[in-house]
Amino acid sequence: MSWSRALWATVAAIPLLLLLWFGTQHDPKAIKSPLPGKAAPDFALAVFSYPTDQPNMAAALAMKDTVRLDSLKGKVVVLNFWASWCLACRDEHAELSAAAMALRGEDVRFYGVLYQDVPQNGRDWIAAMGGQSYQGLYDPQTRTAIDYGLYGVPETFFIGRDGKVRFKFVGPVTTSLVMDTVRAMLAEKGK
Amino acid sequence: MRRAMQAFAFGASLTLGTAAVRAQAPVTSGNRPETSGVSRLDDSARIISSQLRCPVCQGESIQESPAELAKQMRSVVRDQLAAGRSGEEVKAYFVSKYGEWILLEPKPRGMNLMVYLAPFLLLLGGAWLIVRSARKWTKAGAGSVPDSPTPD
Repeated sequence: MSWSRALWATVAAIPLLLLLWFGTQHDPKAIKSPLPGKAAPDFALAVFSYPTDQPNMAAALAMKDTVRLDSLKGKVVVLNFWASWCLACRDEHAELSAAAMALRGEDVRFYGVLYQDVPQNGRDWIAAMGGQSYQGLYDPQTRTAIDYGLYGVPETFFIGRDGKVRFKFVGPVTTSLVMDTVRAMLAEKGK
Repeated sequence: MRRAMQAFAFGASLTLGTAAVRAQAPVTSGNRPETSGVSRLDDSARIISSQLRCPVCQGESIQESPAELAKQMRSVVRDQLAAGRSGEEVKAYFVSKYGEWILLEPKPRGMNLMVYLAPFLLLLGGAWLIVRSARKWTKAGAGSVPDSPTPD
């Protein structure tokens, strides 16, 4: 009788243990983005900071100081959301800036979108971090961030030549990760 | 064992209770008579916002949360409703950006069904345990049950 009881208890415990195990496999704070594979949400954002080594960038002036995603079709776009109050952004900034510098002249554009911050803080931060090789964009009401399903910073989106989101990275990126990803995307035909 | 059953029953009734309250909430705060267009918009914005999960909080809706992102998401909800979108369309917008995770109440399908069925299964299991134990106790004979509660 005690054997059958032990058997029953074991059988009853299995689904519970499975459920617990299933629970440990998921980070409740990690939100899986539905965006990769879909068209990147359009945006038109004002430029608030220019590449440190090109303060009077002619290309930026030609765009009337507003960057529109739909005018970047055919190029790979790296969209990095960051803030001056974000600690992890400090870790990745030099890495990202180096990748953007190394990929200058290729068919790729890098943008840093300021998230829940004010432009002056952003500019001060960039100066304190030793400059930035790409433009900073300002998203005053967080609409673009919400359009991209943002839930923290830093988050980095890689948009293909076809205007579709290919990858999303949560947390700090590295130079090699960014360069490998962009090079692979540039090598693809038609995408 | 008895304590565990009590806990089960308590948990199950709690779950059922909150489910009932939740099901009622939108109805009672829905169409109040003689409301102006603006306050009706406020009402529906509040209803939709309380169904969306705040991405930077723990188990809170964007309606309840004081977080900056939640505030901005509430204004997105309001603007989209004001632009003539239906509540379902607004929710679909957030699902397309954040995934189904953003809905506080999971859709009843797949693994999510567990959330809806588990309370009833636990209730049934508890009832079965009670019946079985009661039968065993009565079979053992009245008066000779050592662990039965004594009325005080």
